[in-house]
Amino acid sequence: MHELAVTESILEIATRHAQQAEAARVTDIYLVIGQLSSIVDDSVQFYWDAMAENTICHGAQLHFKRIQARMLCQDCQGEFELASQLEPCPACGSYRLTVAAGDEFYMESIEVEKI
Amino acid sequence: MTVNRVQVVENILNANDQVAQLNRQALDNAGAFSINLMASPGAGKTSFILKTIQALRTDVKIGVVEGDTAPVTIDADKINAVGMPAVQINTGGECHLDAVMLKAGLQQLPLPEIDLLIVENVGNLICPAAFDLGTHINLLIASIPEGDDKPYKYPNIYRGLDVLVINKTDLLPYIDFRMDYFRQGVEMLNPGLTTFAVSCKTGEGIDAWADWLRGRLAASRQV
Repeated sequence: MHELAVTESILEIATRHAQQAEAARVTDIYLVIGQLSSIVDDSVQFYWDAMAENTICHGAQLHFKRIQARMLCQDCQGEFELASQLEPCPACGSYRLTVAAGDEFYMESIEVEKI
Repeated sequence: MTVNRVQVVENILNANDQVAQLNRQALDNAGAFSINLMASPGAGKTSFILKTIQALRTDVKIGVVEGDTAPVTIDADKINAVGMPAVQINTGGECHLDAVMLKAGLQQLPLPEIDLLIVENVGNLICPAAFDLGTHINLLIASIPEGDDKPYKYPNIYRGLDVLVINKTDLLPYIDFRMDYFRQGVEMLNPGLTTFAVSCKTGEGIDAWADWLRGRLAASRQV
């Protein structure tokens, strides 16, 4: 439940980039969130609607691109998609895994209107 | 009116991470090794800090930052009572400490005098895992009464750990805690994780932890 802090950061980043681009308004915000990041989209959206009011981001649509978690096996070097949170390498049964994808947590781009 | 796409590619917690980096530099410059201590409420965080102080106090100066959601100084008072500097940070209802809050805490401590800084995070197994504070290692206390399924239910916090402490081992005879099941979950998330089983009540296992910590403090001084 740290979506409030996360939403504040989203607003700060989007506002800064929009001002640098000399935009009049932000219409869309594209976020990339890995499956392993514990963020609830609906909760961010809830805070967003209130926080973006009276800012350059008012009315901007949030887009969440979720990235499937992929693990890299340290024993057989195989890579596989993680279905749940905890499962061994399907090829060799090892639990010595590192995260290859799924911990992303960034803003990819914004769409803005210019006068 | 034209519509333009602006490339951003910026970590959402970038602002926090930048302050965390400054905290790390401030701690390094002061020669203070620091621990981000996380756990659920009631796992024994403050008791563990007090035991650690007791074990190391003759040769290590320890400072403590206490994070709480409520404006109370219960924990900081306990640390001050044993003669070590402590500051209380009230997060104002937030469920975790972040780097900016720790920065404010560091400014209230005599950092150059401190060899070891312990930051007691808010009792929570989810949110603290997402915020880098700028400390050197992440430590989690898991206590026996919480149950043996916690690694399976809170995997993110286990993935980011450097040290795990299993507390309240004195309660093992009374609670259905399958140590093998617990450790198997930890092994899946963080293979080979350094782990200490302790009881702050009886003192069991504290010496092994204190010896390991002394080694880390000595190693950090040589860098």
